[in-house]
Amino acid sequence: MASTKYKNIYLTDYVTLGGPLERESHLKNFDFVMDDYYYGEKTFEQAEIKMQGEVIDKILKKNALKNSDVSLLVGGDLNNQIAITSYNAKNYNFPFLGVYSACATFVESLIVASNFVNSLGYRKILTITSSHNLTAEKQFRYPIEYGAPKPHTATFTTTGAVATLVSKKESKIKIESSTIGTPVDMGISDANHMGAVMAPAAASTLMMHLQELNRSADYYDLILTGDLGCVGKKILEDYLETNHNIKLKKYLDAGCELFLDSQETYAGGSGPACLPLVLFNKILTTKKYKKILIIATGALHSVALVNQAKPIPAIAHALSLEVL
Amino acid sequence: MNKDEYKKLVEKHTPKEPRLRNIGVAFLVGGIVGFIGEFLIYMLTSSFGMSESIAGVYTCLIIIGLASLLTALGFFDNWVNKCKCGLIIPTTGFAHSVTSSALDYKKDGLITGLGSNFFKLAGSVILYGVISAFILVIVRVVIGG
Repeated sequence: MASTKYKNIYLTDYVTLGGPLERESHLKNFDFVMDDYYYGEKTFEQAEIKMQGEVIDKILKKNALKNSDVSLLVGGDLNNQIAITSYNAKNYNFPFLGVYSACATFVESLIVASNFVNSLGYRKILTITSSHNLTAEKQFRYPIEYGAPKPHTATFTTTGAVATLVSKKESKIKIESSTIGTPVDMGISDANHMGAVMAPAAASTLMMHLQELNRSADYYDLILTGDLGCVGKKILEDYLETNHNIKLKKYLDAGCELFLDSQETYAGGSGPACLPLVLFNKILTTKKYKKILIIATGALHSVALVNQAKPIPAIAHALSLEVL
Repeated sequence: MNKDEYKKLVEKHTPKEPRLRNIGVAFLVGGIVGFIGEFLIYMLTSSFGMSESIAGVYTCLIIIGLASLLTALGFFDNWVNKCKCGLIIPTTGFAHSVTSSALDYKKDGLITGLGSNFFKLAGSVILYGVISAFILVIVRVVIGG
Protein backbone atom coordinates (compact mmCIF):
# COMPACT_ATOMS: atom_id res chain seq x y z
CA MET A 1 0.00 0.00 0.00
CA ALA A 2 1.51 3.28 -1.15
CA SER A 3 -1.07 5.58 0.42
CA THR A 4 -0.88 7.00 3.94
CA LYS A 5 -3.47 8.94 5.93
CA TYR A 6 -2.15 11.53 8.35
CA LYS A 7 -3.50 12.80 11.65
CA ASN A 8 -3.12 16.49 12.37
CA ILE A 9 -0.28 17.27 10.01
CA TYR A 10 -0.40 20.81 8.68
CA LEU A 11 1.28 22.83 6.02
CA THR A 12 1.88 25.49 8.63
CA ASP A 13 3.30 28.15 6.35
CA TYR A 14 4.71 28.80 2.90
CA VAL A 15 6.78 31.45 1.14
CA THR A 16 6.98 31.83 -2.64
CA LEU A 17 9.23 33.60 -5.09
CA GLY A 18 8.36 34.17 -8.74
CA GLY A 19 10.62 34.80 -11.72
CA PRO A 20 10.49 37.68 -14.23
CA LEU A 21 7.95 36.00 -16.51
CA GLU A 22 5.90 34.55 -13.65
CA ARG A 23 5.31 37.97 -12.09
CA GLU A 24 3.55 39.02 -15.31
CA SER A 25 1.48 35.81 -15.50
CA HIS A 26 -1.83 34.65 -13.96
CA LEU A 27 -0.13 34.37 -10.56
CA LYS A 28 -0.22 36.99 -7.82
CA ASN A 29 0.72 37.63 -4.17
CA PHE A 30 4.33 36.47 -4.38
CA ASP A 31 6.51 37.12 -1.33
CA PHE A 32 9.39 37.92 -3.66
CA VAL A 33 9.68 38.62 -7.38
CA MET A 34 12.73 38.73 -9.61
CA ASP A 35 13.38 41.58 -12.02
CA ASP A 36 15.79 39.54 -14.09
CA TYR A 37 17.24 36.05 -14.27
CA TYR A 38 20.51 37.00 -12.55
CA TYR A 39 18.82 38.26 -9.37
CA GLY A 40 21.88 40.31 -8.51
CA GLU A 41 24.31 37.38 -8.81
CA LYS A 42 27.06 36.59 -11.32
CA THR A 43 25.65 33.34 -12.73
CA PHE A 44 22.23 31.72 -13.05
CA GLU A 45 23.20 28.87 -10.71
CA GLN A 46 24.20 31.34 -8.03
CA ALA A 47 20.94 33.21 -8.63
CA GLU A 48 19.00 30.01 -7.95
CA ILE A 49 20.93 29.47 -4.69
CA LYS A 50 19.96 33.01 -3.69
CA MET A 51 16.32 32.41 -4.67
CA GLN A 52 16.11 29.45 -2.30
CA GLY A 53 17.97 31.41 0.39
CA GLU A 54 15.47 34.27 0.25
CA VAL A 55 12.43 32.06 0.79
CA ILE A 56 14.15 30.07 3.56
CA ASP A 57 15.14 33.30 5.35
CA LYS A 58 11.62 34.64 5.10
CA ILE A 59 9.90 31.49 6.38
CA LEU A 60 12.30 31.32 9.35
CA LYS A 61 11.63 34.98 10.15
CA LYS A 62 7.85 34.76 9.73
CA ASN A 63 7.65 31.84 12.13
CA ALA A 64 10.29 33.15 14.56
CA LEU A 65 12.47 30.08 14.07
CA LYS A 66 16.17 29.83 14.80
CA ASN A 67 18.24 27.59 12.52
CA SER A 68 18.48 25.05 15.36
CA ASP A 69 14.66 24.88 15.66
CA VAL A 70 14.42 23.22 12.26
CA SER A 71 14.58 19.46 12.75
CA LEU A 72 15.04 18.67 9.06
CA LEU A 73 15.30 20.25 5.62
CA VAL A 74 13.89 18.16 2.77
CA GLY A 75 14.13 19.34 -0.81
CA GLY A 76 15.63 19.28 -4.24
CA ASP A 77 15.90 21.03 -7.59
CA LEU A 78 16.70 20.25 -11.24
CA ASN A 79 20.44 20.88 -11.23
CA ASN A 80 23.04 18.12 -11.38
CA GLN A 81 23.42 16.40 -8.00
CA ILE A 82 20.67 18.74 -6.66
CA ALA A 83 23.58 21.06 -5.89
CA ILE A 84 21.48 24.22 -5.42
CA THR A 85 19.55 22.73 -2.49
CA SER A 86 22.67 21.11 -1.03
CA TYR A 87 24.53 24.44 -1.02
CA ASN A 88 21.68 26.01 0.90
CA ALA A 89 21.55 23.14 3.40
CA LYS A 90 25.23 23.84 4.01
CA ASN A 91 24.62 27.59 4.38
CA TYR A 92 21.99 27.09 7.08
CA ASN A 93 23.45 24.07 8.87
CA PHE A 94 20.19 22.13 8.80
CA PRO A 95 20.01 18.33 8.99
CA PHE A 96 19.30 17.63 5.33
CA LEU A 97 17.67 15.00 3.13
CA GLY A 98 18.00 15.75 -0.58
CA VAL A 99 15.25 14.32 -2.78
CA TYR A 100 14.82 14.16 -6.54
CA SER A 101 11.93 13.20 -8.71
CA ALA A 102 12.32 16.00 -11.28
CA CYS A 103 9.19 18.14 -11.40
CA ALA A 104 7.49 15.98 -8.73
CA THR A 105 10.12 16.98 -6.16
CA PHE A 106 7.80 19.40 -4.34
CA VAL A 107 5.24 16.74 -3.46
CA GLU A 108 7.93 14.15 -2.75
CA SER A 109 9.49 16.48 -0.16
CA LEU A 110 6.09 17.13 1.42
CA ILE A 111 5.40 13.38 1.63
CA VAL A 112 8.79 12.74 3.26
CA ALA A 113 8.25 15.64 5.67
CA SER A 114 4.70 14.55 6.57
CA ASN A 115 5.84 11.00 7.26
CA PHE A 116 8.68 12.18 9.50
CA VAL A 117 6.30 14.37 11.50
CA ASN A 118 3.58 11.73 11.55
CA SER A 119 5.59 8.64 12.47
CA LEU A 120 8.89 9.80 13.91
CA GLY A 121 7.78 12.80 15.91
CA TYR A 122 9.92 15.37 14.11
CA ARG A 123 8.56 18.77 15.12
CA LYS A 124 9.34 21.31 12.42
CA ILE A 125 10.41 20.33 8.93
CA LEU A 126 11.21 22.78 6.16
CA THR A 127 10.81 21.75 2.53
CA ILE A 128 12.44 23.63 -0.32
CA THR A 129 11.99 23.39 -4.09
CA SER A 130 13.11 25.64 -6.89
CA SER A 131 13.59 25.78 -10.62
CA HIS A 132 15.23 28.39 -12.82
CA ASN A 133 14.39 28.44 -16.50
CA LEU A 134 17.93 29.14 -17.64
CA THR A 135 19.82 26.68 -15.39
CA ALA A 136 17.37 24.02 -16.58
CA GLU A 137 17.76 25.00 -20.24
CA LYS A 138 21.54 24.85 -19.89
CA GLN A 139 21.36 21.51 -18.11
CA PHE A 140 18.85 19.69 -20.27
CA ARG A 141 18.76 21.47 -23.62
CA TYR A 142 20.69 23.87 -25.85
CA PRO A 143 22.79 26.89 -24.84
CA ILE A 144 20.52 29.66 -23.61
CA GLU A 145 21.38 32.26 -26.25
CA TYR A 146 20.90 29.71 -29.04
CA GLY A 147 17.11 30.09 -28.90
CA ALA A 148 16.55 26.70 -30.51
CA PRO A 149 13.07 26.44 -32.07
CA LYS A 150 10.78 24.10 -30.15
CA PRO A 151 7.59 22.26 -31.10
CA HIS A 152 4.21 23.25 -29.65
CA THR A 153 4.31 20.27 -27.28
CA ALA A 154 7.37 21.57 -25.39
CA THR A 155 6.92 23.17 -21.98
CA PHE A 156 8.68 26.16 -20.44
CA THR A 157 10.54 25.66 -17.15
CA THR A 158 9.08 27.91 -14.46
CA THR A 159 11.39 30.17 -12.49
CA GLY A 160 10.55 30.24 -8.82
CA ALA A 161 11.32 28.96 -5.35
CA VAL A 162 8.98 27.72 -2.65
CA ALA A 163 9.65 26.94 1.00
CA THR A 164 7.06 25.31 3.24
CA LEU A 165 6.93 24.47 6.92
CA VAL A 166 5.36 21.15 7.89
CA SER A 167 4.45 20.59 11.54
CA LYS A 168 1.58 19.75 13.88
CA LYS A 169 0.87 23.44 14.43
CA GLU A 170 -2.61 24.11 13.15
CA SER A 171 -3.01 26.19 10.03
CA LYS A 172 -5.42 26.67 7.17
CA ILE A 173 -3.99 23.83 5.10
CA LYS A 174 -4.18 20.30 6.43
CA ILE A 175 -2.18 17.51 4.81
CA GLU A 176 -4.74 14.72 4.78
CA SER A 177 -3.16 11.83 2.91
CA SER A 178 -0.57 10.96 0.30
CA THR A 179 0.17 8.37 -2.36
CA ILE A 180 3.68 7.53 -3.52
CA GLY A 181 3.75 6.84 -7.26
CA THR A 182 5.33 4.02 -9.25
CA PRO A 183 7.48 4.93 -12.28
CA VAL A 184 5.62 4.36 -15.56
CA ASP A 185 7.10 4.05 -19.06
CA MET A 186 4.73 4.08 -22.02
CA GLY A 187 7.49 4.11 -24.63
CA ILE A 188 7.66 7.87 -25.32
CA SER A 189 11.25 9.08 -25.85
CA ASP A 190 10.57 12.64 -27.02
CA ALA A 191 12.04 15.08 -24.46
CA ASN A 192 10.02 17.86 -26.10
CA HIS A 193 6.75 16.14 -25.29
CA MET A 194 6.82 15.73 -21.51
CA GLY A 195 3.05 15.88 -21.23
CA ALA A 196 2.81 12.61 -23.18
CA VAL A 197 5.63 11.11 -21.12
CA MET A 198 4.04 11.96 -17.76
CA ALA A 199 0.28 11.64 -18.30
CA PRO A 200 0.19 7.83 -17.75
CA ALA A 201 2.14 8.26 -14.48
CA ALA A 202 -0.43 10.81 -13.27
CA ALA A 203 -3.22 8.41 -14.21
CA SER A 204 -1.55 5.50 -12.43
CA THR A 205 -1.04 7.44 -9.18
CA LEU A 206 -4.55 8.91 -9.30
CA MET A 207 -6.09 5.45 -9.74
CA MET A 208 -3.96 4.00 -6.95
CA HIS A 209 -4.90 6.87 -4.63
CA LEU A 210 -8.64 6.55 -5.29
CA GLN A 211 -8.57 2.77 -5.00
CA GLU A 212 -6.51 2.53 -1.82
CA LEU A 213 -8.46 5.24 -0.02
CA ASN A 214 -11.74 3.99 -1.46
CA ARG A 215 -12.76 7.31 -2.97
CA SER A 216 -14.16 8.49 -6.27
CA ALA A 217 -12.71 11.38 -8.24
CA ASP A 218 -15.77 13.46 -7.28
CA TYR A 219 -14.61 13.39 -3.64
CA TYR A 220 -12.26 16.25 -4.49
CA ASP A 221 -13.26 19.82 -5.26
CA LEU A 222 -10.21 20.03 -7.47
CA ILE A 223 -7.64 17.67 -8.92
CA LEU A 224 -4.53 19.61 -9.88
CA THR A 225 -1.76 17.91 -11.85
CA GLY A 226 1.73 19.36 -11.87
CA ASP A 227 3.09 20.22 -15.28
CA LEU A 228 1.54 18.14 -18.03
CA GLY A 229 0.91 21.34 -19.98
CA CYS A 230 -2.14 22.03 -22.13
CA VAL A 231 -1.39 19.16 -24.52
CA GLY A 232 -0.62 16.67 -21.73
CA LYS A 233 -3.82 17.66 -19.94
CA LYS A 234 -5.92 16.57 -22.93
CA ILE A 235 -3.93 13.34 -23.18
CA LEU A 236 -4.55 12.54 -19.50
CA GLU A 237 -8.29 13.21 -19.81
CA ASP A 238 -8.57 10.97 -22.87
CA TYR A 239 -6.34 8.29 -21.31
CA LEU A 240 -8.45 8.15 -18.12
CA GLU A 241 -11.66 7.99 -20.12
CA THR A 242 -10.44 5.26 -22.47
CA ASN A 243 -8.65 3.15 -19.87
CA HIS A 244 -10.52 3.65 -16.64
CA ASN A 245 -13.83 5.06 -17.79
CA ILE A 246 -13.39 8.14 -15.60
CA LYS A 247 -14.39 11.57 -16.80
CA LEU A 248 -12.65 14.22 -14.70
CA LYS A 249 -15.00 17.13 -14.05
CA LYS A 250 -13.05 19.30 -11.65
CA TYR A 251 -9.59 19.07 -13.08
CA LEU A 252 -6.87 21.62 -13.83
CA ASP A 253 -3.22 21.36 -14.80
CA ALA A 254 -0.81 23.79 -13.14
CA GLY A 255 1.38 24.08 -16.25
CA CYS A 256 -1.63 25.06 -18.36
CA GLU A 257 -2.90 27.55 -15.73
CA LEU A 258 0.31 29.50 -15.24
CA PHE A 259 1.27 31.66 -18.21
CA LEU A 260 -0.73 34.01 -20.40
CA ASP A 261 -1.21 32.99 -24.03
CA SER A 262 0.75 36.09 -25.08
CA GLN A 263 3.82 34.87 -23.16
CA GLU A 264 4.55 32.26 -25.86
CA THR A 265 5.50 29.42 -23.55
CA TYR A 266 4.50 26.62 -25.97
CA ALA A 267 2.28 24.10 -24.12
CA GLY A 268 2.64 25.83 -20.72
CA GLY A 269 4.83 25.82 -17.64
CA SER A 270 6.84 23.00 -16.11
CA GLY A 271 9.50 22.45 -13.48
CA PRO A 272 9.41 21.66 -9.75
CA ALA A 273 8.27 25.22 -8.90
CA CYS A 274 5.33 25.17 -11.34
CA LEU A 275 2.82 23.22 -9.21
CA PRO A 276 3.50 24.97 -5.86
CA LEU A 277 3.44 28.45 -7.43
CA VAL A 278 0.10 27.79 -9.13
CA LEU A 279 -1.28 26.16 -5.96
CA PHE A 280 -0.23 28.93 -3.57
CA ASN A 281 -0.40 31.94 -5.88
CA LYS A 282 -3.50 31.14 -7.88
CA ILE A 283 -5.65 28.24 -6.66
CA LEU A 284 -5.55 29.05 -2.94
CA THR A 285 -6.05 32.78 -3.49
CA THR A 286 -9.48 32.08 -5.02
CA LYS A 287 -10.63 30.37 -1.77
CA LYS A 288 -13.01 28.28 -3.91
CA TYR A 289 -11.73 24.81 -3.18
CA LYS A 290 -11.80 22.84 0.08
CA LYS A 291 -10.54 19.40 -0.85
CA ILE A 292 -7.66 19.50 -3.29
CA LEU A 293 -5.68 16.58 -4.67
CA ILE A 294 -2.34 17.67 -6.08
CA ILE A 295 -0.54 15.22 -8.36
CA ALA A 296 2.99 16.34 -9.16
CA THR A 297 4.47 14.70 -12.24
CA GLY A 298 8.16 14.24 -13.06
CA ALA A 299 10.11 12.86 -16.01
CA LEU A 300 12.96 10.74 -14.72
CA HIS A 301 15.36 11.11 -17.64
CA SER A 302 18.93 12.20 -18.13
CA VAL A 303 20.39 13.89 -21.21
CA ALA A 304 22.65 10.88 -21.88
CA LEU A 305 19.80 8.35 -21.87
CA VAL A 306 17.58 10.56 -24.05
CA ASN A 307 20.46 10.86 -26.54
CA GLN A 308 20.66 7.06 -26.49
CA ALA A 309 16.97 7.08 -27.59
CA LYS A 310 15.76 5.30 -24.45
CA PRO A 311 12.09 5.80 -23.54
CA ILE A 312 11.56 8.20 -20.62
CA PRO A 313 10.09 6.84 -17.37
CA ALA A 314 7.82 9.19 -15.44
CA ILE A 315 6.58 9.35 -11.87
CA ALA A 316 3.74 11.10 -10.10
CA HIS A 317 3.17 11.62 -6.37
CA ALA A 318 -0.19 12.66 -4.96
CA LEU A 319 -1.02 14.66 -1.86
CA SER A 320 -4.51 15.39 -0.57
CA LEU A 321 -4.93 18.81 1.05
CA GLU A 322 -7.86 20.13 3.04
CA VAL A 323 -8.25 23.88 3.15
CA LEU A 324 -9.91 24.74 6.45
CA MET B 1 -3.76 0.13 -23.25
CA ASN B 2 -0.47 -0.99 -24.78
CA LYS B 3 2.35 1.27 -25.93
CA ASP B 4 1.27 1.37 -29.59
CA GLU B 5 -2.28 2.31 -28.68
CA TYR B 6 -0.92 4.99 -26.37
CA LYS B 7 1.26 6.41 -29.17
CA LYS B 8 -1.86 6.75 -31.31
CA LEU B 9 -3.72 8.50 -28.47
CA VAL B 10 -0.77 10.93 -28.06
CA GLU B 11 -0.65 11.64 -31.79
CA LYS B 12 -4.36 12.44 -31.77
CA HIS B 13 -3.79 15.27 -29.27
CA THR B 14 -0.43 16.53 -30.55
CA PRO B 15 -0.83 19.82 -32.43
CA LYS B 16 0.57 19.80 -35.96
CA GLU B 17 3.54 22.06 -36.65
CA PRO B 18 2.82 24.65 -39.38
CA ARG B 19 5.36 23.16 -41.80
CA LEU B 20 4.31 25.06 -44.89
CA ARG B 21 4.56 28.37 -43.05
CA ASN B 22 7.94 27.41 -41.56
CA ILE B 23 9.24 26.52 -45.03
CA GLY B 24 7.94 29.80 -46.43
CA VAL B 25 9.53 31.88 -43.66
CA ALA B 26 12.83 29.97 -43.95
CA PHE B 27 12.83 30.48 -47.74
CA LEU B 28 12.26 34.22 -47.43
CA VAL B 29 14.67 34.87 -44.54
CA GLY B 30 17.36 32.59 -45.98
CA GLY B 31 16.90 34.39 -49.30
CA ILE B 32 17.35 37.76 -47.63
CA VAL B 33 20.60 36.58 -45.99
CA GLY B 34 21.77 35.37 -49.41
CA PHE B 35 20.78 38.71 -50.95
CA ILE B 36 22.78 40.62 -48.30
CA GLY B 37 25.76 38.37 -49.08
CA GLU B 38 25.47 38.98 -52.83
CA PHE B 39 25.16 42.71 -52.24
CA LEU B 40 28.30 42.71 -50.08
CA ILE B 41 30.25 40.81 -52.75
CA TYR B 42 29.04 43.29 -55.39
CA MET B 43 30.09 46.27 -53.20
CA LEU B 44 33.50 44.77 -52.37
CA THR B 45 34.31 43.93 -56.00
CA SER B 46 33.04 47.17 -57.51
CA SER B 47 34.06 49.70 -54.83
CA PHE B 48 37.20 48.09 -53.37
CA GLY B 49 38.48 46.39 -56.47
CA MET B 50 38.67 42.93 -54.87
CA SER B 51 38.59 39.73 -56.87
CA GLU B 52 35.38 37.74 -56.54
CA SER B 53 36.93 34.97 -54.40
CA ILE B 54 38.55 37.41 -51.95
CA ALA B 55 35.29 39.38 -51.75
CA GLY B 56 33.51 36.10 -50.91
CA VAL B 57 35.85 35.50 -47.98
CA TYR B 58 35.32 39.03 -46.64
CA THR B 59 31.55 38.72 -47.05
CA CYS B 60 31.61 35.50 -45.03
CA LEU B 61 33.63 37.21 -42.31
CA ILE B 62 31.28 40.21 -42.19
CA ILE B 63 28.17 38.01 -41.94
CA ILE B 64 29.74 35.80 -39.26
CA GLY B 65 30.85 38.88 -37.32
CA LEU B 66 27.41 40.47 -37.56
CA ALA B 67 25.60 37.30 -36.47
CA SER B 68 27.93 36.86 -33.49
CA LEU B 69 27.52 40.49 -32.48
CA LEU B 70 23.73 40.24 -32.66
CA THR B 71 23.83 37.03 -30.59
CA ALA B 72 25.94 38.77 -27.96
CA LEU B 73 23.56 41.75 -27.92
CA GLY B 74 20.70 39.33 -27.29
CA PHE B 75 18.65 39.73 -30.51
CA PHE B 76 19.62 36.73 -32.53
CA ASP B 77 18.13 33.96 -30.37
CA ASN B 78 14.67 35.52 -30.73
CA TRP B 79 15.11 35.79 -34.49
CA VAL B 80 16.32 32.17 -34.77
CA ASN B 81 13.32 31.09 -32.74
CA LYS B 82 10.96 32.82 -35.19
CA CYS B 83 12.76 32.32 -38.52
CA LYS B 84 14.07 28.80 -37.75
CA CYS B 85 16.06 27.28 -40.63
CA GLY B 86 16.19 30.58 -42.51
CA LEU B 87 18.88 31.69 -40.09
CA ILE B 88 20.20 28.31 -38.87
CA ILE B 89 21.28 26.91 -42.24
CA PRO B 90 23.31 29.89 -43.57
CA THR B 91 26.70 30.59 -42.01
CA THR B 92 24.86 32.91 -39.58
CA GLY B 93 23.60 29.79 -37.78
CA PHE B 94 27.11 28.41 -37.43
CA ALA B 95 28.42 31.68 -35.97
CA HIS B 96 25.43 31.93 -33.67
CA SER B 97 25.87 28.38 -32.35
CA VAL B 98 29.50 29.05 -31.43
CA THR B 99 28.82 32.45 -29.84
CA SER B 100 25.83 31.23 -27.85
CA SER B 101 27.82 28.28 -26.44
CA ALA B 102 30.69 30.61 -25.56
CA LEU B 103 28.35 33.04 -23.79
CA ASP B 104 26.72 30.22 -21.87
CA TYR B 105 29.90 28.78 -20.47
CA LYS B 106 32.18 31.80 -20.14
CA LYS B 107 31.69 31.92 -16.38
CA ASP B 108 32.53 28.23 -15.92
CA GLY B 109 36.23 28.86 -16.56
CA LEU B 110 38.30 29.57 -19.69
CA ILE B 111 39.37 25.94 -20.20
CA THR B 112 36.67 23.87 -18.44
CA GLY B 113 33.85 26.19 -19.53
CA LEU B 114 34.38 28.33 -22.61
CA GLY B 115 37.16 26.29 -24.24
CA SER B 116 35.63 22.84 -23.94
CA ASN B 117 32.09 23.95 -24.85
CA PHE B 118 32.93 26.39 -27.66
CA PHE B 119 32.11 23.89 -30.41
CA LYS B 120 29.39 22.10 -28.47
CA LEU B 121 26.86 22.53 -31.29
CA ALA B 122 29.21 23.49 -34.12
CA GLY B 123 31.49 20.46 -33.63
CA SER B 124 29.13 18.23 -35.64
CA VAL B 125 29.03 20.77 -38.48
CA ILE B 126 32.83 20.91 -38.67
CA LEU B 127 33.37 17.14 -38.40
CA TYR B 128 30.72 16.09 -40.92
CA GLY B 129 31.52 19.05 -43.14
CA VAL B 130 35.13 17.92 -43.42
CA ILE B 131 34.13 14.27 -43.97
CA SER B 132 31.61 15.10 -46.69
CA ALA B 133 34.11 17.44 -48.39
CA PHE B 134 36.65 14.60 -48.38
CA ILE B 135 34.17 12.14 -49.90
CA LEU B 136 33.06 14.65 -52.55
CA VAL B 137 36.69 15.32 -53.53
CA ILE B 138 37.20 11.58 -54.07
CA VAL B 139 34.03 11.45 -56.16
CA ARG B 140 35.26 14.35 -58.21
CA VAL B 141 38.71 12.81 -58.74
CA VAL B 142 37.14 9.50 -59.83
CA ILE B 143 34.54 11.03 -62.14
CA GLY B 144 36.31 14.19 -63.26
CA GLY B 145 39.75 12.60 -63.59
